[in-house]
Amino acid sequence: MSAILRVGGVTKRFGGLVAVDNVTFEVEEGEVFALIGPNGAGKTTLFNCVTGFYKPTLGTVTFRDRNLTGSPPHRTAKAGIARTFQNIRLFEYMSALDNVRLGHHCRMHSKLWDSLFKTPFERSEEKRITEHSMELLKLVGLERQSENYARNLAYGQQRRLEIARALATDPKLLLLDEPAAGFNPQEKVELMALVRTILKRGVTVFLIEHDMKVVMQASQRIVVLDHGEKIAEGPPAEVRNDQRVIEAYLGKSA
Amino acid sequence: MTTVRNFVRSNVRNPNAIAYFLMAVGALFFPAVVQFATGGSGDYLVGLAADGGIYMLMAIGLNVVVGFAGLLDLGYAAFFAIGSYTYALVASNHLGVTPIGHSLHVPFWIALFIGMFVAATAGALLGAPTLRLRGDYLAIVTLGFGEIVPRVFRNAGIWTGGVPGISALDVPTLPGWVQGPWIGQDFGWVPDFRFTSANLTAYYMLMIILIAFVVILVHNLYNSRLGRAWMAVREDETAAAASGVNTVSVKLLAFSIGAATSGFAGAFYGAKLSYVSSENFGFIVSVTVLAMVVLGGMGNIPGAMLGAIVLYFILFWLLPNAPGQMQGLASSLGLDWLNQSNPNGWPGIGEVVSRSKYVIFGLILVGIMLLRPQGLLPSQIRKQELTHEEPEALAAPRQLQA
Repeated sequence: MSAILRVGGVTKRFGGLVAVDNVTFEVEEGEVFALIGPNGAGKTTLFNCVTGFYKPTLGTVTFRDRNLTGSPPHRTAKAGIARTFQNIRLFEYMSALDNVRLGHHCRMHSKLWDSLFKTPFERSEEKRITEHSMELLKLVGLERQSENYARNLAYGQQRRLEIARALATDPKLLLLDEPAAGFNPQEKVELMALVRTILKRGVTVFLIEHDMKVVMQASQRIVVLDHGEKIAEGPPAEVRNDQRVIEAYLGKSA
Repeated sequence: MTTVRNFVRSNVRNPNAIAYFLMAVGALFFPAVVQFATGGSGDYLVGLAADGGIYMLMAIGLNVVVGFAGLLDLGYAAFFAIGSYTYALVASNHLGVTPIGHSLHVPFWIALFIGMFVAATAGALLGAPTLRLRGDYLAIVTLGFGEIVPRVFRNAGIWTGGVPGISALDVPTLPGWVQGPWIGQDFGWVPDFRFTSANLTAYYMLMIILIAFVVILVHNLYNSRLGRAWMAVREDETAAAASGVNTVSVKLLAFSIGAATSGFAGAFYGAKLSYVSSENFGFIVSVTVLAMVVLGGMGNIPGAMLGAIVLYFILFWLLPNAPGQMQGLASSLGLDWLNQSNPNGWPGIGEVVSRSKYVIFGLILVGIMLLRPQGLLPSQIRKQELTHEEPEALAAPRQLQA
């Protein structure tokens, strides 16, 4: 196993506020890696630094031995990092199928010329990605919703559609920002099954999650952030009993 | 035969297909109908329709920018001006009087594409630094650009002919053309045909072909990877970027393609009028085209075309003729005194209507938007955006997944 993602001393400051403070860790290829921490610990900020939405103030992001520090989001996507958002961001007035088809954008080779004149190459590429999109919709259990507008899907379906769109970019690393938020126990079980399926496709999963049950069951290793700092790292059983983690979540015992 | 029947059956309820069909039929029969109705003196109206086609081309182009990609461009006429002036420079004697000293006479068919290309380049040059801006800021920058370009042309002295502009531009030529009763002549073959103001039907037919050409290309773009990316950028730029779309270059392409269409229309405009002047590219042109797109149905190609037809008809036929019509109406009702001006300050009904032309225009616009806020022929997406209040599906029972 080798590290697919190296976060090296990443710091992100907003004016005087230090949202992420000198955080270092590595995500191994083929594992489920979880990032946890209380609200406002800087988890999503760290995700944004990895995916290029923020440029880290200090530190480096290395993905498959390529330095991606400060690359714009479409570059990190092309490099093989896909993500979902904490508050679902779908293209609401596009069909579920079109949402997933759009995800293929950075893997398509049709040029402007091909699009203008509908060349045979463009037609066959469109056909191919449409088939692949249906496959992905099937993977997340939405094949019967393909023609519905994304906004008309139920909440859980929207979360799964976002995962399908992210998978369409053919990632090597998938970042899930609170994928189980608002899920009932049954949906959480389904989600964990989906994560396992994604792993089998050779995609490493890196997730932020609040639900400890999901985190403890699904992930192999965990990093804990508090006030922007890394306070613990290790397998679930170890992290669960870490004194600093318990303090961060429950406060110091008197 | 069955394929034809299936095609008809599958499209008979599709408003876009119906609109395309009706517009195509209307466009083809328009000259003949007009000549028949006016007893052979309808050339002027056919020419007017050809000018309307220029606006239609611009509406199709602006629809790419505003409707597809969601970028508000208030200076669209600038690219129209650039197309026109480019045509004027490469297809007239004018370059001969500039310091260059040699006039170019590029044939219309090539100059058309030069105008298009130069406008597209201008679009890319303007877009590159500004498309990082979002929403209102972009609108202001394009507004400024739309004001600057005609002023530059007016003040560029010998290069653009200054205030009088450039005249005596080359007209399109063809190795041959068919003539017929639609211009009041017998059927026949005309060799070495020159498009002139005596045969406006030729310009009209050319315009129809250009529009069909542009519609097919824009339609293809809309149904491609790029069209999808435009929609995505319009809906949620952040999510589009996360899904691997280079939002800046996608927006730049929308801007450039819109500019190219406008430049294309501009070159045709220069050739038909055989004259360009900076007075013809003001803010009012940009706003009119934008109104056509919004009123017709943003994001829908036949919608923008329909909007162009309706607004052009109102602006260039209905309103100019309204004073005369009112006078005729007044006298036929025996109210001749309405037509006379009197010392109390009543200038006569015709004059009143003529003065309040733009009030009437505004009222018509407001009326249409009240009746159809989504536009005359909206895209399905826009319709949803406007009519949806709350997502009901969220509250609806979950569907069981197989």
